[in-house]
Amino acid sequence: MSSATETAALELRREHEATEKTVFGFWVYLMTDCVLFASLFAVYAVIHGNTYGGPSGKDIFKLPYVLIETFALLASSFTCGLAMLSMQRHAKKQVLFWLGVTFLLGVSFLCLELNEFHHLVADGNSWRQSGFLSSYFTLVGTHGLHITFGLIWMAIMAGYVWKRGLTDTVRKRLMLLSLFWHFLDVIWIFIFTIVYLYGSLGL
Amino acid sequence: MSQKPLVSEHDEQHLSYGKYTGGFLASVALTFCAYWVATHVGGDRNVLAGILALLAVTQFIVQMVLFLHIGEERGPRWKLAAAAFMLGVVLILVVGSIWIMNNLNYRMTPQQIIRYMQSQDNL
Amino acid sequence: MMNLVGQCAFALLGKLGWNQIPRNPIEAGGAATIVCGVLFIVALVTYLHRWKWLWKEWMTTQDPKRIGVMYIVVALVMLLRGSGDAILMRLQQSISVGNNNGILSSSHFQQIASAHGTIMIFFVAMGLMFGIINLVLPLQIGARDVAFPFLNATSFWLFFMGMALVNVSLVLGDFSAAGWLSYPPLSELRYSPTVGVDYWIWALQIAGVGSLLSGVNFLVTILRMRAPGMTLMKMPMFAWSVLGSMSLVAFAFPILTVTLALLALDRTVGAHFFTAGGGGNAMMYVNLIWAWGHPEVYILVLPAFGIYSEIVSTYARKRLFGYTSMVWAIWAIVLLSFTVWLHHFFTMGAGANVNAFFGIMTAVIAVPTGVKIFNWIFTMHRGRISFRSPMLWFLGFVTTFTIGGVAGVMMSVPAIDFQVHNSLFLVAHFHMMIVGGVVFGYFAALTYWFPKIFGFRLHEKLGSIAFWFWLVGFLVAFIPLYILGFMGATRRLDHYDASLGWQPLFIVAGVGVVLIGIGVGFQILQLVVSIWQRNERRDLSGDPWNGRTLEWSVPSPAPFYNFTKQPVVTARDQFWEDKQSGKNRVKEYEDIVLPKNSGLSVVIASFAFLVGFGMVWHMYWLSLVSLLGIIVTLVVRSMNEEPEYTITAREVEKLEHQREHQLKEYEGLV
Repeated sequence: MSSATETAALELRREHEATEKTVFGFWVYLMTDCVLFASLFAVYAVIHGNTYGGPSGKDIFKLPYVLIETFALLASSFTCGLAMLSMQRHAKKQVLFWLGVTFLLGVSFLCLELNEFHHLVADGNSWRQSGFLSSYFTLVGTHGLHITFGLIWMAIMAGYVWKRGLTDTVRKRLMLLSLFWHFLDVIWIFIFTIVYLYGSLGL
Repeated sequence: MSQKPLVSEHDEQHLSYGKYTGGFLASVALTFCAYWVATHVGGDRNVLAGILALLAVTQFIVQMVLFLHIGEERGPRWKLAAAAFMLGVVLILVVGSIWIMNNLNYRMTPQQIIRYMQSQDNL
Repeated sequence: MMNLVGQCAFALLGKLGWNQIPRNPIEAGGAATIVCGVLFIVALVTYLHRWKWLWKEWMTTQDPKRIGVMYIVVALVMLLRGSGDAILMRLQQSISVGNNNGILSSSHFQQIASAHGTIMIFFVAMGLMFGIINLVLPLQIGARDVAFPFLNATSFWLFFMGMALVNVSLVLGDFSAAGWLSYPPLSELRYSPTVGVDYWIWALQIAGVGSLLSGVNFLVTILRMRAPGMTLMKMPMFAWSVLGSMSLVAFAFPILTVTLALLALDRTVGAHFFTAGGGGNAMMYVNLIWAWGHPEVYILVLPAFGIYSEIVSTYARKRLFGYTSMVWAIWAIVLLSFTVWLHHFFTMGAGANVNAFFGIMTAVIAVPTGVKIFNWIFTMHRGRISFRSPMLWFLGFVTTFTIGGVAGVMMSVPAIDFQVHNSLFLVAHFHMMIVGGVVFGYFAALTYWFPKIFGFRLHEKLGSIAFWFWLVGFLVAFIPLYILGFMGATRRLDHYDASLGWQPLFIVAGVGVVLIGIGVGFQILQLVVSIWQRNERRDLSGDPWNGRTLEWSVPSPAPFYNFTKQPVVTARDQFWEDKQSGKNRVKEYEDIVLPKNSGLSVVIASFAFLVGFGMVWHMYWLSLVSLLGIIVTLVVRSMNEEPEYTITAREVEKLEHQREHQLKEYEGLV
């Protein structure tokens, strides 16, 4: 092998290893974030019954509405995957398109959630009223905060894709973003089930 | 830094339309099932809770495998190990906390004690 | 118009005001010390014209060895502050009997006690731990750096800002008086209306994020950056212990993050997580904080265990006994440490089943620790032991940790714990574990690895004198506390009745603290003298103790790139094997890629400080703006397309030749 090809191959391996290392590190961080959510779930499990005379989940959750929210997020997780497939094929315009769709679906999810929160607070059911409401707002709100940060990140990444194209660094960061976005949908599965579905059953 | 596209076996390996579409459709179905069970199926709440939990865990596995590509790592499977460790900690934390906090009622008001004791077989 | 301006200013300043500066003499003294200390440092650096040097060589560095030194400096300074707190407490408890109320008011005593614990755990112990890991770990596994250098630097500065917040509390406002763990309802707004608890929350939240990120960083470093050929089972035991500890950090710290956040929500926006009323459950706080808190103590002690493994095998000139069982013991401890946390609140009201389960698990976790102690002893058996001070610290550890550990096993029995929970018996137990186990280990590590980082050894005699004052002082300070605990003395007492007959023992304990203080004095003296006489103790070979692991194969002080070429490993204790087989490693050179310095870590951490400060003083605009600042800084960082630089093989060779030249000069000076 000529020296030039040797150096190129070495360079490739280095990039590959650096990417793997970063992706793994981000994965570990996501696992710690799971423990963060688990703590919030534990709190919710313990004090969701403490309604202090106020409403319980059954009284305030509107399942059809939440179902729409859920599908929005689920769809966005799917379109994020489509963005990654486009990235794999080095199709820059398609990446931007699917990122855009994902972003819009994510924003819809967030708007629906903020609307839900707004109505609860306006009706006098804020986090100040009971242990149940405190833990509800915090658990769902923390997820919403993660979504917000994900959307900011997504917008920035779209900017990078547009300005710099699908460089190695941009692709690596897109991989991290997609992991983050999928992870948020995974967490939502449990929020949907344990908070909303269980809540509506009066559990 | 090089602007040329990287040809890496790593990314090609696990990204496929089939996986994402399949994962999406399965998740939609599972979500809808869970919604249906919660709103249209009657019966013992604890049984329903169990079914919903099962559906959630199934969807969790579907998304972990098909969206988050767990288990596809070649070589030492550290991602899997980290996920397994996380699950262990989460289970201990959540189940342990529920067990402990519930049990603290053991020495609370008489009415709660009686109700608690009645709910336990061996006391 | 002026009124409007004044009103705006008031709104912007939140709860801040001139009345927040302490007036009471002792508190004012503390405030003055901090202010004068900071001014002194600023003046000194200015006088020596070292601002550029400080920024370029230390504040923007990505070299884990430098970052390690900074962690340790901060930790040792905080050790002085924490010790000051301890001396005040001991003094108070020795004289505040009957009619005498001592020198501290009740509330001040509680603040000091809370500060003492908080500082010692979060800033001394964690600081020393991360410092030593930064210094040693990459070298030991044959790597040049950690997995994420920028993140590493940011973690340090977050730690630094947490420390800064705790110290600012001495100058503005007060500190928490709710113990080092701030149990509600006492720590809720209703019963702690001042900013003290908020300082505690945000200092720990900021430092905690730093720790969590470091946990992830070192975990990835060990799993992915070992030298070629170094399989996990060929790693040094210290590296294994760090892997175990970092696994705990990564998975336990999020629990702390959540718990602190929930308490903050209760105090700031009127939530009802832990309030007495409104559907809160204060006991849940205790449950959560200890679900973090127990893994935390194992986080601290595991690296110390790893250090002992290195020291015992080096100074006994024998291979570590039972390598495999040591690895299993570490993982048993890691897993079990998540299953024992209730033993911190046996008396909170759980039933027999729950208490029994956790009591049994607590007793079980003593077993792998015992395995380790036996393995160290077996390593020493038939070794040729050199009783240098690191070995002395180890022997001191065995003594105190065993006594404290046995007390711990006693308390693992709920029935016994019901008698001694929250008594001085407990206090003696955990001090013996943390000081005897953790601190002694980190002191040993500082002596052991000092030459590798600074190029010269510490004065041995002064070090051993310091050790003896520490050991004897420590035993004199804490054995009486076991007795006091049995006599019914509870913790955190600022006054007691003369008829109890406790005073003599408190006075004895006070004498012990004086002895420890002399020990600390000798440590400071040792440092000063060693620096003064450094030419007498130059480490010319890079291997002053006839060591076994890879860090001893590089010259002292270790070059910033660690290795000229990553070594290839084929055996455990590779360096030892090479020495035995007489293999002379020929120095190879290659181009080295390293991260460039960056000031953005300091910027991010400074914003984090302002977020915390703003939250404490209800200057919410400040917190929000600073949060945005963090995000903007991260984006700026992400725009950096050239975060690394290359040193060519030729340049490395030149540096190595310069070093060899310098060593020859030192040889002449010795």
